Amino acid sequence: MLIFEHSASGRKTRIQSTSGNEMPTDIPAELLRTSKPGLPEVSEMQAVRHYTSLSQKNFSIDTHFYPLGSCTMKHNPRACNSLAMLPGFLSRHPLAPEENSQGFMACMYELQEMLCDVTGMAGFSLTPMAGAQGEFAGVAMIRAYHDANGDTERKEILVPDAAHGTNPATATMCGFSVKEIPTKADGDVDVDALKAAVGPQTAGLMLTNPSTLGVFERKIEEIAKIVHQAGGLLYYDGANLNAILGKIRPGDMGFDVIHSNLHKTFSTPHGGGGPGSGAIGVAERLKPFMPLPVVTREGDNYRWLTEKDAPQSIGRMSAFMGNAGVLLRAYVYMRLLGREGMQRVSEFSTLNANYMMAQLKARGFQAAIPDRYASHEFIITLKKQAKELNVSAMDFAKRLLDLGYHAPTTYFPLLVPECLLIEPTESEAKEMLDGFVEAMVQIQHEAETDADMLHNAPYTMPVNRLDEVRAAKQLDLAWSDESN
Amino acid sequence: MPFIPHTEEEINEMLSVIGIDSIENLFDEIPAHLKIDGLEKVPPGLNEMSVNRLMQRRAAQDGQPLCFLGAGAYDHHIPAAVWQIATRGEYYTAYTPYQAEASQGTLQLTYEFQSMMTALTGLDVSNASLYDGATALAEAVLMAVRSNRKSKSRKILIPRSVNPSYTKVTETIVKHQNIELVNVDFDAATSKTTLEHLNKFNGEDITAVVISQPNFFGTLEDVDAITNWAHENNTIVIAVVNPLSLAILRPPGEWGETGADIAVGDGQPLGAPMSSGGPYYGFMCCKQAYVRQMPGRIVGRTVDQQGREGFVLTLQAREQHIRRSKATSNICTNQGLVVTASTIHMSLLGPEGLKQTALSCHANTQKMVETLSAIEGVEVVFDQPRFHEAVLKLNRSASAVLHKLAQQNILGGLDLSELYADMEDHILVCATELRIDEDIEIFASALAAALKEAE
Amino acid sequence: MSEIPTDLRYTSSHEWVRLEEDGSVTVGITDHAQDALGDLVFVELPEIGIALSQGDACCVVESVKAASDIYMPISGEVLDTNQALVDEPEIINNSSYDDGWIFKIQPDDEDDIEQLMDASTYESELEDE
Repeated sequence: MLIFEHSASGRKTRIQSTSGNEMPTDIPAELLRTSKPGLPEVSEMQAVRHYTSLSQKNFSIDTHFYPLGSCTMKHNPRACNSLAMLPGFLSRHPLAPEENSQGFMACMYELQEMLCDVTGMAGFSLTPMAGAQGEFAGVAMIRAYHDANGDTERKEILVPDAAHGTNPATATMCGFSVKEIPTKADGDVDVDALKAAVGPQTAGLMLTNPSTLGVFERKIEEIAKIVHQAGGLLYYDGANLNAILGKIRPGDMGFDVIHSNLHKTFSTPHGGGGPGSGAIGVAERLKPFMPLPVVTREGDNYRWLTEKDAPQSIGRMSAFMGNAGVLLRAYVYMRLLGREGMQRVSEFSTLNANYMMAQLKARGFQAAIPDRYASHEFIITLKKQAKELNVSAMDFAKRLLDLGYHAPTTYFPLLVPECLLIEPTESEAKEMLDGFVEAMVQIQHEAETDADMLHNAPYTMPVNRLDEVRAAKQLDLAWSDESN
Repeated sequence: MPFIPHTEEEINEMLSVIGIDSIENLFDEIPAHLKIDGLEKVPPGLNEMSVNRLMQRRAAQDGQPLCFLGAGAYDHHIPAAVWQIATRGEYYTAYTPYQAEASQGTLQLTYEFQSMMTALTGLDVSNASLYDGATALAEAVLMAVRSNRKSKSRKILIPRSVNPSYTKVTETIVKHQNIELVNVDFDAATSKTTLEHLNKFNGEDITAVVISQPNFFGTLEDVDAITNWAHENNTIVIAVVNPLSLAILRPPGEWGETGADIAVGDGQPLGAPMSSGGPYYGFMCCKQAYVRQMPGRIVGRTVDQQGREGFVLTLQAREQHIRRSKATSNICTNQGLVVTASTIHMSLLGPEGLKQTALSCHANTQKMVETLSAIEGVEVVFDQPRFHEAVLKLNRSASAVLHKLAQQNILGGLDLSELYADMEDHILVCATELRIDEDIEIFASALAAALKEAE
Repeated sequence: MSEIPTDLRYTSSHEWVRLEEDGSVTVGITDHAQDALGDLVFVELPEIGIALSQGDACCVVESVKAASDIYMPISGEVLDTNQALVDEPEIINNSSYDDGWIFKIQPDDEDDIEQLMDASTYESELEDE
């Protein structure tokens, strides 16, 4: 039932002041609204009940194991939320003068410094509001750097074929063409293909390491050398930073610019699809191009860097300074973990992934890259099940929901057929991992005995498989009185 | 160990299943000389009690000043239920609803959100939100270029009375795509963008024109005339609107003869705290004809195998994970949690509550303007019909006066000279429904004193 | 195995091409392509009258899971488009070689068709995929 269907004309909550209801006479009539907007008219209790019961139709980290590969669905500590929502932080106007903002700015400055430390970069800007926006900032900086050097013929960005779809989409938005570099069966980038692809047209390479295939790129130093010698820059997609936190740093691997998904590695909530944060870090030579604002420290005071300080900046990416509340959550998380906690993140997320992979292999499942250690995630391919039993990765994913587990990422990376990309994260206990393995074994058994049953899973959710063709053809994107 | 559940015994058991001696073995593939020993600038971990103390102190340090500052972020009352429900773990810790069967809560809520935004804007469809108002404008410009097949110029008119930070962000985002942003002057006396300013583009191939209602100075533009002018020129109309104002102002879908084509803005006034600039959300609505050029996620209503109503992400073929380098945008997230809060906010206020909030903002601002302009040395500029912001000219240095007010814990407005060279000692002020008569009196006497002191 | 009529010519991006008696050329997507895409939900047709070169992306077919560009098989001017697809894109799924044609062009040079694959070459290319 939609909130609109609880509505009755004339019912109101009276939460807002009820003084006066007359339209102003100092605004010309032709600029005023004549119809009542079709918002619901419900009581507070109706609204609270409706949205509470809707929430119960969601899987979430707080309620279920959520091993969604490449998304790092780890525990979101509650202190991060409650401290970021202290009244003093919520009521700070984004344009408040610096003298009324030193408490907030101190947090932001320290967050920049800590991010520099864990990534090995020289500077950080916190303004990008999501991973994709961080990517945009990074690639725009690569472009600005080449342009500033008069190197205007570098029009091509190299992207491994295993990359996230945002990588090529971002390169296009920055006016580059994209060339894909193949990945070898062992998960490493095909270095010979890379050598053949670089040249005076190369602006840079975008790389995720460990890759989306769940393995560490062993030839990273050679790759960095090839790209740098060709005059290109190296971009680090921080999607999998969780796997190496406190162990090895992108800056030390030779990367010139990185974005860090704070909603993955630093545990800010995913919120049903955002808000995220794609804070961006740079090596020394890219510092002049960082997006604004950035906090700097002068003596005991903090100050915003502006266009006057950074005339070569690629500019501004949000009306103010990005998702400040998300940044505060990441700051609290980093302070709680501290330097030793950072290392534990990569150690235990990697331990969990490799343990699950070993258990699933032992129970007959096929790993996409069986002979290497997994990073903090790994891929199971159900190619055999699809061929022999006519049961797809999607069928496994849907049945897992019935058994109380959120499905892993399916059909990504695109290179591996019928794949499940599984990322347990460090915060899950062994019992949970064992439970998931048993569920997979149960589904395998069902696939062998009653494949048809799996084609119609799930059975215990509020709805079963939805008609996506109808959704895309008979578009119903908004409720209105007439549509019902 | 914070947030890690493993016991010593479990660790050993897991290692033996993997067939290794220590966790460190798992990192053997990383070149040894690249590994780091430890971190320097990240301080040692603190317990929750200590972080609590630190954050309480930092939050209190900034003093919660009395706010007469607007310029894109507004101090509104948010009903208590809004964030209590929005931060339920089921909303707060869910991912993007790719597994529709396990995400009906977020999906239905988003469909309801889209319905509310189309109701407010008077347009046919809404997406599930973008990052903020400024990036929504940038995306609208890109969308207009894709949508306006009759136009080849990729030329966009942006009046100087559009929020300058929105214009700056748009420049950053579209500048690599051969799009020309042309600034249009406003009338010096009224701050309006008039047909006189637009007529010089008559007959020229213009892809889109941006209209802000109200404009950055709070003034109401003659939106009908501009919309009609644009459509006669085969130009797409992008409306930038304050969604709260739409409770009392004519919605973009009803502007001119045929309505604006795309409407964007920042959803902050609908349930997001000011919170230093974010997270807010950008909204985007458009006419049905342009839906396939719209960026970002869209939720649709459909049925399941048993014919039960259900909700899914739809039109996904436009998006980056399928279209890769040919996607409508690289965007993949929306601002889901803030949209959740905002949907609850709109439900609690309803059409009447929203209207009364908008009316109170307007009335308080008129009262403020009246009170402040009675002070010697304060002059109202652009005395035109407005929503809830106004420009005042001071006879003393604006920055010095604002500084004095800040010392008394009052945010007295925005110094416009930083954004407009010709507006020295002009300030932009705002009064929302929260700024009651008593607050306005405090502001007025502090301003009068500050002007005297600055003499 | 998908259907591959022998009287048509093919591209490696899975368009088919038919030379009509009046010298115009009809273009659609192959049975293999519609099958790989799944249920089509939308077709964006090219602009009538526009002149395009071989290999230009000129329109898009969209299913729930994928969107695929359609490329000009040979250079020419777009003469006509199949308006029935606007409301019923599934016609392509049901009849990819007949009712599901997408657009007609006036080729710059009729002989360009000869460069395209014949049915048996296309078939062996599909087997290699």
